[in-house]
Amino acid sequence: MLDFDILLPAILNGLSTGAVYALVALGLTLIYGVLHIVNFAHGSLLMLALYGVYFLYTLLGVDPFAALPVVVPAMFALGYALQRTVIATASHGREENILLVTLGLSIIIDNLALYLWSADTRTINPSYGFSTVDFGIAFIAVPKVVSFAGALVATGLLWLLIRRSDLGKAIRALARERRGAELVGVDVDHVYAMSFGIGIACVGAAACLLLPSYYVHPGVGESFVVIAFTVVVLGGMGSFAGALLGGFIIGVTESLGGLLLGENLGRIGVFAIFIAILLLRPTGLFGQRA
Amino acid sequence: MKTPAIAAAAPLLALAALPLLLHSDFWLHFAIMTLYLALLGQAWNLLGGYGGQRSFGHAAFFGTGAYAAALLQLDFAINPWACMVLAGGFGAGAGAFLGALSFRYGLRGSYFALVTLAFAEVFRIVADSVPFTGAGVGLQIALKESVADFQFPEKSGFYAVILALTAIATALAWWIENSRFGAALVAVRENEDAARALGIDVDRTKLWAITLSGALSGCAGSFYVQYFLYLDPRIAYGVEVSVTALLVPLIGGVGTVLGPLVGALALRALNEASSAMTGGAPGLNLVLYGALLIVILALLPDGLISLGTRLRRAGRLSALGHA
Repeated sequence: MLDFDILLPAILNGLSTGAVYALVALGLTLIYGVLHIVNFAHGSLLMLALYGVYFLYTLLGVDPFAALPVVVPAMFALGYALQRTVIATASHGREENILLVTLGLSIIIDNLALYLWSADTRTINPSYGFSTVDFGIAFIAVPKVVSFAGALVATGLLWLLIRRSDLGKAIRALARERRGAELVGVDVDHVYAMSFGIGIACVGAAACLLLPSYYVHPGVGESFVVIAFTVVVLGGMGSFAGALLGGFIIGVTESLGGLLLGENLGRIGVFAIFIAILLLRPTGLFGQRA
Repeated sequence: MKTPAIAAAAPLLALAALPLLLHSDFWLHFAIMTLYLALLGQAWNLLGGYGGQRSFGHAAFFGTGAYAAALLQLDFAINPWACMVLAGGFGAGAGAFLGALSFRYGLRGSYFALVTLAFAEVFRIVADSVPFTGAGVGLQIALKESVADFQFPEKSGFYAVILALTAIATALAWWIENSRFGAALVAVRENEDAARALGIDVDRTKLWAITLSGALSGCAGSFYVQYFLYLDPRIAYGVEVSVTALLVPLIGGVGTVLGPLVGALALRALNEASSAMTGGAPGLNLVLYGALLIVILALLPDGLISLGTRLRRAGRLSALGHA
């Protein structure tokens, strides 16, 4: 049988990855909840942010974790501008067309990355890359520990923003009832773009937290899209606690699946959960009825 | 029944004669790929366009058909022509299975889209892991250039097959627009509860549509295998197939008989033009492809097929202006 010495680190590593998944998923659920769009470009924008973090490190020597104050606002601005210019204009506000526009955007971003930076897989080796923290029960790599904590803090900040600020109130109002929000003076186009921007800012934060223990290549985003959707569906659309718990469950499932069934087949566990949740409890663990 | 048959016969004959005019393999390949895209797009259109059940995972049906065609001839020595029919059956089976599961649990809208996406991914992972699909290495069909083995020495043979398949798919779409079944399907798309109140068996209607859609996708899969003689999990079950299947009708005109044909022609032309313009730099052609896609959406949100009505309306308006 499997030893606890192997199982425990796998579970802890899964929790750390899961926290970052939760962050990516939160961005997705925010965009879905408010704009009612399936953002196909989510993974591509994550890939773009990962390259941003990579080049900040290799060219300017900025540590990925220290790059947070640069990358997060930059991704926010990019998201805001994309929604305001390309997505809103080209889709004419129709849901099925928004999907296609984000699909077109992802094709552009992915292939631009391929053209500019080639298909090579790139990694960075920060000085602390191989240091570990002793938790008594297991040793966990420092980047994993930092990214776990960072993802939790970012999720908390996002929760405060949505629950406690005027902007958050406007976003929630818009998500529930567009006409009503418009009538009480919410600037719909602006708040839509803010929601998209914040969703993409989450992706920027996730990229900073991921890169020290991960890698980047032009196609890296694709796997994240499916995972992020799984987390969103598992946790329940629009639920913060759900996304976090969903992230943990998926992270651990993936980690244990990889350990027990091998890297390739291990990912099946994630989809098995996804399909089971979709069929049996489509509102997710914490979701309200649509 | 008589008039549309005659109306369809003329363009079909013209298309059948096309290989006589196209002497270059390049253009014949272009025509084959366009019709192949139209077949895949029409398969999606039957379910997503007329039935309103928008799938993100048509690769699940396409890939199942493709693997069925490849494995049945490789491991069971079944004639490739029979394999194509069986591949349609396997595609239909995959469709019926997925439909029975998701419609029984009442999945609609994005949830239906997500569950199809998930199944395509599960199939891809399985195909990537089990030995009999050749896993990541893929499957190679031995070259046997004879018509009996569904391999033609000339491209025009493949052209005739894909033209026939696409004609059948288009005829199916026409039949849907003009039959009781199609009327029920559209009613389900517009309002499930109202359709049910009218006595339509909603789940059954959707199930038939997804089965039909799966059968056509499976045939497209087997055609792919015969034409390229190679298959791997990414080709069969990758996101690309699912995206292509929905992109073709959405660009051309969703829920219309000719939309997928128009969309396929546009996308294929877009593809070739962007490759030619960027001179084969890796990725750059697809950047242009994506950009043009967004431009089309911005200018013609109802799909290219709406261009005709728009031009006619504009013509009428300018005629009025001159009067």
